[in-house]
Amino acid sequence: MTQTVHPYALELKDLRKRFGKTDIIRGIDMAVRPGERVGIIGPNGAGKSTLFNLISGRFEPSSGEILLNGYRVDGKKSFEINRMGLSRSFQITNIFPRLSVFENLRCGVLWSLGYKYTFLKFLLDLDDANDRAETLMEMVRLDKKRDTLAMNLTYAEQRALEIGITIAGGANVILLDEPTAGMSKSETSRFIRLIKEVTVGKTLLTVEHDMGVVFGLADKIAVVVYGELLAFDTPDAVRADARVQEAYLGSVVAQAQAEAGH
Amino acid sequence: MARTTKRADVYVFKPVNVGRIILWSLYALILIVVPLIFDSSLSQTLLSQMGIAIIVCLSYNMLLGQGGMLSFGHAVYSGMGAFLAIHTLNRVTDGLALPVSLIPVLGGLASAAVAVVLGWVTTKKAATPFAMITLGVGELVWAMALMFPEFFGGEGGVSGNRVAGSKVFGLTYGPQIQLYYLIAVYTFICTALMYAFTRTPLGRMLNAVRDNPERVEFVGYNTQVVRYIAFVIAAFFAGISGGLAALNFEIVTSEVVSGYRSGAYLLFTFLGGATFFFGPILGGILMVLAFVLLSEFTKAWLLYLGLIFLLMVVYAPGGVASLIMMNLRLAMFGFLRKLWVSYLALFATALVALCGAAAMVEMVYHLQLNLALGPELVFMGASLNAKGLNSWFGAAFVMFTGLGLFELCRRQFVRDWGDIQEDIEKEIKRREAAL
Repeated sequence: MTQTVHPYALELKDLRKRFGKTDIIRGIDMAVRPGERVGIIGPNGAGKSTLFNLISGRFEPSSGEILLNGYRVDGKKSFEINRMGLSRSFQITNIFPRLSVFENLRCGVLWSLGYKYTFLKFLLDLDDANDRAETLMEMVRLDKKRDTLAMNLTYAEQRALEIGITIAGGANVILLDEPTAGMSKSETSRFIRLIKEVTVGKTLLTVEHDMGVVFGLADKIAVVVYGELLAFDTPDAVRADARVQEAYLGSVVAQAQAEAGH
Repeated sequence: MARTTKRADVYVFKPVNVGRIILWSLYALILIVVPLIFDSSLSQTLLSQMGIAIIVCLSYNMLLGQGGMLSFGHAVYSGMGAFLAIHTLNRVTDGLALPVSLIPVLGGLASAAVAVVLGWVTTKKAATPFAMITLGVGELVWAMALMFPEFFGGEGGVSGNRVAGSKVFGLTYGPQIQLYYLIAVYTFICTALMYAFTRTPLGRMLNAVRDNPERVEFVGYNTQVVRYIAFVIAAFFAGISGGLAALNFEIVTSEVVSGYRSGAYLLFTFLGGATFFFGPILGGILMVLAFVLLSEFTKAWLLYLGLIFLLMVVYAPGGVASLIMMNLRLAMFGFLRKLWVSYLALFATALVALCGAAAMVEMVYHLQLNLALGPELVFMGASLNAKGLNSWFGAAFVMFTGLGLFELCRRQFVRDWGDIQEDIEKEIKRREAAL
C-alpha cells in the first residue's frame, strides 16, 4: 500500500464541545506528527477524556475539525474512524468478559484482516487471524491464559488484554485513556515497558495522571486546562513553562513535596 | 520464524475432534431411533412437535444466548413462515410443481424476507429498547393478523392438506412417521447449521456484541449490522420451524404469531439453558412435554410452569443445560458419587413439599372450576375435601414438612458443593503444576 504520508497523523482544528450550556472543550488546536508520543495531562475535569471521546467518535464535536492522516473524521461513527486507522483503550476496563483471552484478541483482528460480517467461513480456518491473535497474546504476556475467560483474569491482566485489543487491528494512531489506572507501582512500571514495546512506530496519545509515567512515556506533553490547550511541547519545555506550573504542575509538585515531607 | 512454523503445526495437525463427532452421531442416532422405540401415534405426534420446537428454540437462542437480544416477538417469524408455508401447500394442491418436503425452506425464506424489512428497525437498538421494539412489532403483526383475514384466515385459520403434489421417492407424508423423519432431517441439518454459525466470524462477533457492544464499535464493527444479520438468520430458521409446523398440523391460525407464543419460546429457551448451544434443544423438548402432557395432567399446569420458571431464574439461571454441565464437571473429576445421596435427599424432600403444595393448588382449582361436582377430589390416590379443614391442614403439613427437610438437605448440599469445588480447583492447580 503506497500512501503519501500526511505530515500529521492527527490534527485538531479549533475543536469545541458543549454539553447543554457548559463548554467542555473550548477550542483546541493541536497537530501530532506520525510516530510522536504525546502525553496529555491536566487537572480532573479538564476535558481530557472528552477530548479522547471526540477524537474516537464516541461523541460528536459541536464545532471544529478532526483530521486523521489528513482525512476528516469529525462526525463519523466510532467504527468508521477505527477502520481509518485509529484505535483506543478505555479508562474503565472494556473487554469481552465472557470470551476467552484468545477470542477477545481474535475479535480485535477480524475486521482489519477483511473478514467483515462473514458467516460462510470457519474461524478455525482463518490462519492469519489465528496467528495474529497468538502473536498478540505473546506480546501482552497472556499466552499462558489463552483459554481463560476475560472476566476471570486479574485486574492487571485485564488491563494488558485491553491494550492487546486496542493494538490488535494494527491501527497507526493509538489513544490510551489512563492505561495504568488502579495499578500498583511495580505493575505500572512493568506495564509502561509493555506499552512502549507494543506501540513501537505508532502515533501514541496517552491520558495519564501519574507524572512519572507521562514523562517516561511521552516525547511531547499536552497540558489541557478547562477545555483549552495550555501548552504543547517537549517535556522539558513544558516543565519550565511558568503558566503550566501555575495552572497545574505547581500544585502537583507542591503536593508531591508535601507528601515527601511527611 | 521458528515460532510461526510451530504455530502452523499446531493448526495443521489439530486432531479431529473425536468427542464432537461422537456427539453429533449420537444426536443423529437418537433422531432416527426414538420413533422406533416410542412407536405409539401419540409419541410420534410428540416427537414431531419436539423437532419443530428444537429448531425454533435454537433459532431464538441465536438472539438471546448468543447475541444478548431479549426478543418478545420471535413468533412473528415462525408464524409468518407457517402462514407462507400453508398458502404454498394449498398452491401445491392446486397444481404448483413443488415437492412438499421443500415447503419449510420456502417458509424460512419468507420469514427471512420479513426480518429483512422489520429487522432493521428492531435491531437499531440493543438491550431494553430492543426488547420494547420486538414487543411493539409483535403486537403490530398480531393486530394485522386480525385485520387481514384473507391472508391470516381470521378465526378459523388457514388449513391445508400435506398429501399433495408429486411423490418424491414415493413419500406422501400422509403417515405421521414419514413426516416425523422429514422433521428429523430438518432438525439435524438446522442444528448443524446453527452450530456452524457459532464458529464463524459473524457468530463470534455476535458474542462480542452481547458482551460489550461499545467495545465492538472500537474494533471496526457496526453493532447494528451484526445484530441485523444475526436477526435475519434467526428468522430464517424460525420460518423453517413454522413451515414444518404448518405441514405437521395442516392448519395455521393467527395464534402462531401471538405474543403468547413468543413468550413460550423465551420461557423454554431459558429453561433449557441459553448459555450453552444445546440448552434450547432441551428447552424444545420440555416445551412439548409441558404443552401436551402437563396440560393433560392438570388444569393448573400454567401455574406449575410459572413456579418452575421462577425457581430456575432465581436458582439456576443457566437453565437445565448448566445444571448438566456443572455435574458433568464433577463427574469428570470423580466427585459425583460423593453427592448422589445429597441429590436423592434433595429430590425426595422436594417431592414431599411439591405434593403438599400441589394438593392445595388442585383444591383451589377444584373449588374454582369443578365445585358443581361436589367438594371431593382425588389427588394422587388420596381423596381430599376441598372444603374440609383436615385436607387443607394435611396438605399444608406435608408441604411445610417437605420444605423444612428440603432446607436442611439444601444447606448440607451447599456445604458439600463448596468443598467439592475447592477440591476441584486444587486438583486443577495440581495438574497444571504437573505439566
